[in-house]
Amino acid sequence: MIVLGLESSCDETGVALYDTERGLIAQQLHSQIDLHAAYGGVVPELASRDHVRRMPALIRQTVAEAGVPMSAIDAVAYTAGPGLAGALLIAAGTGQALAAALGIPALPIHHLEGHLLSPLLADEPPSFPFVALLVSGGHTQLMRVDGVGRYALLGESVDDAAGEAFDKTAKLMGLDYPGGPVLARLADQGTAGRVKLPRPMLHSGDLNFSFSGLKTAVMTQLRNGSHAPADMAAEFQAAVVDVLVAKSLAALKQTGLSRLVVAGGVGANQSLRERLNEAVTRRRQRVYYPEPALCTDNGAMIAFAGALRLAEGQRGSETHVVSVRPRWPLDSLAAPG
Amino acid sequence: MIHFVHSPDDSDPSLHTHLADETDTLALGAALAPAIAPGLVIYLLGDLGAGKTTLVRGLLRGLGHTGSVKSPTYTLIEPYVVSRLDLYHFDFYRFTSPEEFLDAGLEEYFSAQGVCLVEWPQKAEPYVSPADIEIRLAIDGDGREAIIRPLTDTGRQCAIKIAKRPAQ
Repeated sequence: MIVLGLESSCDETGVALYDTERGLIAQQLHSQIDLHAAYGGVVPELASRDHVRRMPALIRQTVAEAGVPMSAIDAVAYTAGPGLAGALLIAAGTGQALAAALGIPALPIHHLEGHLLSPLLADEPPSFPFVALLVSGGHTQLMRVDGVGRYALLGESVDDAAGEAFDKTAKLMGLDYPGGPVLARLADQGTAGRVKLPRPMLHSGDLNFSFSGLKTAVMTQLRNGSHAPADMAAEFQAAVVDVLVAKSLAALKQTGLSRLVVAGGVGANQSLRERLNEAVTRRRQRVYYPEPALCTDNGAMIAFAGALRLAEGQRGSETHVVSVRPRWPLDSLAAPG
Repeated sequence: MIHFVHSPDDSDPSLHTHLADETDTLALGAALAPAIAPGLVIYLLGDLGAGKTTLVRGLLRGLGHTGSVKSPTYTLIEPYVVSRLDLYHFDFYRFTSPEEFLDAGLEEYFSAQGVCLVEWPQKAEPYVSPADIEIRLAIDGDGREAIIRPLTDTGRQCAIKIAKRPAQ
């Protein structure tokens, strides 16, 4: 079975074909993001009209890359939310129109479900159940995952997402926006601890995060003293990573699970990975990451999530109604079937 | 308790207050709750970390919203329905050109009966609707100085209600 995946919830236009026999057979992404950046800072390019312009060409390129005729596609999966309504409508409208024209089912997919399941595309995928840390420019969440569509929210950021804190702190330090990846590289040249920043909500007793105050703390430090920028960057990154690691470990402890999945752009941060690898290995637990190219928004994860849902018996919509959900709590999803 | 200082010039209806900490910023937000009306457009001005989103959190808490209040920087808009009021929290920080406001189709929100709170409105000028009231947060020692400046009749009525009903 071949599933076409379409993603247009934010800045990236992503298209991919996933074959349940052969795996990912083609994918195209329109993005200005440097995939080698320390994490996927989002380049502002918000126009829904850009998605409209790119989507048809990306679909043609993807199909050509796979070397299959359009008639070989068995289903279309598209991101239906959460995200910007105008942007979401492009993948939804295209997906439903293609499905109607080809006489195949269309499946609305939750964007974060795509991220959450993307580590399952790796060569050594984790098995259910696991704890997922979703950490990006727009989200910071801990989720218990018992299967496809069986998600329970354990904790989330009450204000800024971790990636947003990176970008805004970089801006406060005079780096270009979005400067999160630059900040992370600068951190490698500095020493954490020379400047002191708080670890927000580290001892809050729950699994929630707050990164807005950290940004303000950096601002106060910048005004009140002279610090080497690299040391400030290192301490900032250490503060974010300390909290992300501590809460992830607490989530494993609370759920009694031993597998941690990290997804989203900030999941590519090298310091976060080193610290998680070390902490988890010491506890004889395991941490899983998606391929670096799948850390940012993409069509592959949407095609894959669609294929998993179809395999578990979900039926696509046959009425071809185009509707999106700009706000859509992940833990409100139902299991397929 | 927030103490407002009126401008000595009677023709200037703006209100000034010092916010010592985050609690004060939340209290100022809460003081806005009884003063807002459908269709009101409020600009929130101030640099990164000035407390704009914190102020909105205080307002939403004041209106009875108990859920989280996240920064709309990445989503551009966070909508809320509280006290039978539609409230839209915008942040145009990420815009590289003001035309993105039109491309994202956001003008529709401003023609409705909702209350619009706008961070970084200057990035969407001249397309974003003009403000009825402008709240400026500036760094002032370890705290913030807040200046509330009404710009329309609706804004002036709102400012009068804010000054008469200081937060508890």
